[in-house]
Formats: sequence, structure tokens, C-alpha cells
Amino acid sequence: MDRFAWTSGLLELGETLVVQQRGVRLYDGEEKVRFDSGVLLLSTHRLIWRDQKNHECCIAIPLSQVVFIEEQAAGIGKSAKIVVHLHPASSNKEPGPFQSSKYSYIKLSFKEHGQIEFYRRLSEEMTQRRWENMPTGQTIQVNKDPWAGRIRAVGIVGIERKLEEKRKETDKNISEAFEDLSKLMEKAKEMVELSKSIANKIKEKQGDITEDETIRFKSYLLSMGIANPVTRETYGSGTQYHMQLAKQLAGILQTPLEERGGIMSLTEVYCLVNRARGLELLSPEDLVNACKMLESLKLPLRLRIFDSGVMVIELQSHNEEEMVASALETVSEKGSLTADEFAKLVGMSVLLAKERLLLAEKMGHLCRDDSVEGLRFYPNLFLTQS
Amino acid sequence: MHRRGVGAGAIAKKKLAEAKYKERGTVLAEDQLAQMSKQLDMFKTNLEEFASKHKQEIRKNPEFRVQFQDMCATIGVDPLASGKGFWSEMLGVGDFYYELGVQIIEVCLALKHRNGGLITLEELHQQVLKGRGKFAQDVSQDDLLRAIKKLKVLGSGFGIIPVGGTYLVQSVPAELNMDHTVVLQLAEKKGYVTVSEIRTSLKWEAERAKQVLEHLLKEGMAWLDTQAAGEPQYWLPALFTELYSQEITPEEAKEAIP
Repeated sequence: MDRFAWTSGLLELGETLVVQQRGVRLYDGEEKVRFDSGVLLLSTHRLIWRDQKNHECCIAIPLSQVVFIEEQAAGIGKSAKIVVHLHPASSNKEPGPFQSSKYSYIKLSFKEHGQIEFYRRLSEEMTQRRWENMPTGQTIQVNKDPWAGRIRAVGIVGIERKLEEKRKETDKNISEAFEDLSKLMEKAKEMVELSKSIANKIKEKQGDITEDETIRFKSYLLSMGIANPVTRETYGSGTQYHMQLAKQLAGILQTPLEERGGIMSLTEVYCLVNRARGLELLSPEDLVNACKMLESLKLPLRLRIFDSGVMVIELQSHNEEEMVASALETVSEKGSLTADEFAKLVGMSVLLAKERLLLAEKMGHLCRDDSVEGLRFYPNLFLTQS
Repeated sequence: MHRRGVGAGAIAKKKLAEAKYKERGTVLAEDQLAQMSKQLDMFKTNLEEFASKHKQEIRKNPEFRVQFQDMCATIGVDPLASGKGFWSEMLGVGDFYYELGVQIIEVCLALKHRNGGLITLEELHQQVLKGRGKFAQDVSQDDLLRAIKKLKVLGSGFGIIPVGGTYLVQSVPAELNMDHTVVLQLAEKKGYVTVSEIRTSLKWEAERAKQVLEHLLKEGMAWLDTQAAGEPQYWLPALFTELYSQEITPEEAKEAIP
């Protein structure tokens, strides 16, 4: 409750009212406070509480102080609540009703209901963060002092008390987790800023940067999960890691590819490789970036992208165009085939069967019959019987 | 009064100044890289500390995962970009989502013959939970959506289509444009849609409605019921699975298509 500040309750310029609810009681963490009956207002910038009996008594907290909100269902004799986890109060906060607090969260108790709508609107405002676009008054800085103060476990007298304690403990743990997460994110943000600054330097130099520096920079970006802001090279965001990965893949996939007619879709590869690894799995992007390097590293596999966007790995020795010739034979034998039928006959996945038939069509060997019954391919008689 | 140089001499001086600036630029970049390297090490330590205290929270608490992901997105960091990233290595977020990706691919593949490659998020959620077994970590719909977004890059047509209050997950490279999406959204209410309904609700001509419905039929995402009273109904198997609980084999599926 020490994050609240006294306020006139008047909306600032650029601040809009979103929703309000009567009959709301405030809690400092788990403890009731004297603000027991008021109107709770949600604006684009703040959470405001005004006493229903004494309109002069009005307090507010900026939405930027909110880390996270959760719902707490009603119980017997207990109203539904919204738990609001907060950043530590900043040192330059306006004076408020409490100088200090043991808790880093408050609860809003809806004695006259309305919590569902309020929660929904509050969630929306937290997502949209409209206060960032329309700053009013001072910006509140996140206090960097570590949060001190712990709840002493009160004597336990019965199962209900035990559960209460456990819930308080969980709430406290989550609050701590969020505190720590916020601080961590502040540091991560600094890394992002630094990487942007370096990226600008690289752009300015336009080719004067050394290979080594580029490689180092890319690997730093990879570690942090920051997208490469510099160039669009053919390797994508390939790094040393991806090069090594490409070589590993060439080893792992040789046999499976041979077993599957020399070609596999990238989704198949993703599943195969990750199932085999069990731990330290590859991200889809890792796989794609590694595969993009296969050809340039002169490995016996290559990445191929069909017109439809479907991506496959082929053995270098595999020649899809040759396979088309045999596909044509198969289709001719049967008169006509759909992708499903062809897939079954040849023992391929439907995805790849369709790509092969489409390629055959592109090369002029097959014609399509596109109807509601499906896509059916016929030998192109226009070509052969002219 | 000293006149400022304008001639060749001045230009040469300017070039020299620029070159020196660029050179300094080299030194600055090197410095910053070194600085980044140091900060990276520090960050790694901070992350390790965070992980030692809160790694469990991420694993057990879907809400916390959402917050974590949102915060990362806000500052411009993708914790799931690479398995080699710090986030993945130390918090274990990577493995969680990448494994989920594998499970999603497998479920979609298994059910494709029935629904043409379209499935509701609810059904996908149920099937994935079933596959994971009783003792596995809890997985939320938000988790599924994030895993699917990552799968898009593999090129096999994974996509998310908002319908009604939920989502349809596409897992085939079929082209679904705005027209198709809108008709899917219309069909979501009852599980099927008719040409008249499309004409009334969307104010389209019959031809446009028929084209869209035929495309969905061709892709196997819609089934035609010509025996319905009144006019033919186009059903989406992705949507009526709650009513239709028995498993269908690929053969039966084929027979159901006209």
C-alpha cells in the first residue's frame, strides 16, 4: 500500500476513464486496511480509489507500477479479489497514506461484484499500455533498491490456517519472482540497447568491419536472443554454432534420408532430430539457419524450398527432377492419381507427394483436374499427343 | 578577420578528418564489442542466479511464463530463438517449447486425414495433454500458441486463425486468404455454414461464396452434406469433433467426401 499517493481524483490531460466499480475494499498484501468501502476507477494511466463516504479521501497508483495481476475466486463469506503485484515504490513518489509496507502486492476486494469486467479491462490496459504514449506528469522510475521485509509465519492452528499460510507463501514467492524478473529484464534491456548501438556502428562502416568482429557480434546476439539488426546475408543469422550444427546434421540425417527416398520435409527433420536428442533441443530457427549453410559448407545434403514454401532436406545425390520421370510413369499406369493416392502407392508423405506432382506439372509432364472432389493429376497428353 | 578555407586544401582536410573519424569508429566498435562481451558475462551470472531461485516457477506456472514472454517481447528479446541462447540453456524454456512443437506436429499429422489440416486450439490442447501423460508438466493454450508461432519458420504451413473466441490451428500449406478465414469464422458458431448464410451475413454474391466453399472442400477442410433439409450444408470437421467422438480411419474419411 505504500505505492499509493494522495490525489485529487481529477483526470489529467490525455487520461481517460475506462471502467469504475463501487464497493471495493483494499488490502495491503493480506491485511485489511481502513480503505474499506470505495469506488475503484481504472483509467488509461492509473488505478484510483475514492472513499464512498468521504469524497476528499482519494488515492491513486500509476499503472506503470503494476507488474502482474491475478484473479482470486470468491469463497464462503469472502468476496472475489484481484491481486495486483507491484514494483517497489520510487523514491520520488508523491506522499500517500502509507510510508512503508511489508508487501509488494495489494488486493482489490469486490464486495459488490464487478470483478470479472474490471479484471478484463485492467488486463487490456496492461497489454495496451496506453500511458506510455500519453505521459502525464512525472514518470515513475523503478526503484533499484532490493526489496527488504519478510512475512513471519504466524502460528498454525488447523488445516484452514495451514492453507492460508501456503497461499500467502505462494503469493509472496510469486511476487519475489516478479521482482527479480523485472530487475533481470532491466539488465536485458541494456544489452539490447548496446547491441543496437554496435549494429549502427557496423552499418556506418559498411564493409570495414572484420569478419571476426561480425562473427563475435552474431554469437553475442544469439546468446541473448536478439534479432540481427545489421544485414541480410545469405546465411541468415548463421553463426559458428550453426555451422557446427550443419555438420552434425549431415551425419545424423544421412541414413534416415536414404531410408525415405532421399528427401524429407523440414518438420520431419525437426521431429526426428529433437526426439533423438531428448535434451538441449534445437529451436526451429536453429534448424533452418543450420540447413541454410549446408550447401555452402559442401555437405552431402541440401535445403530446398518449393514454390509453395514447403522446405525439404535432400541428399545431394537426390534428383527430384529425375523422380518426376518415374512419377509420370506411375501416374500413367494408373490413368490418374491424387496426391493421397500417389503417396500411398509410393510410400511417401502426402506433403512431399503433392510437391512432386506439382513439380511434374510445372515441368509440363502432368495436367491437373481441379474439382471439389480433389486435385487429380493426369499425364499431359497435350504435350505427348500433338 | 580570418577567412575560412574553401579551396582544395579545405576539402583535403575534411577528408582527413572523416578518415580519422572512421578510424576512431573502428576503435569504438572494438571497445563496444569488448564491453558487450563483459556485460554478457555479467548478464549470464544474473540469469544463473535468477534461474537458481525461480526456474521452478517458470516450469510450473503458466501465468508466470506468459509474463516472462511478454516482458521479453517488450524489450526486444526472443528467448525461444535458439536452443543455444542463455534463456534456453539456463531457464530451460527452450526445451519446454521445442518439445511441445514436436508434440503439436505429431498430433496435427495424426488427425490431418480427418480434418484436412485444421484443428481447434481446444482439441489440439486436449490431444497434446493426452499424449504427454499424467505426470508431465501442465501446458496452457498460450504455451501452444507460442510453440506454433515458432513452427511457422519450418515452412510446412503452420498458422493460427482467430475464430469466434478461440483459434483454429492450420498445419498444412494450403492457401487460406481473408475470404476463407471469414467463412471459417462464420461456420464456427454451428460447425457448418450454407451459401445463403454467407450471402446474408457477408453480403457476398453466390459465386464468391461457392468458390470459397469449394476451396475448403478440395483441401479436405470442409465436408458436404447434401442430405440436409433445405440447402446443402458445408461442415468443418475441425469444429464438430465434440459431437462426433468416434475415431475415423482414412478410408472412412475418403468415403465421406463426394
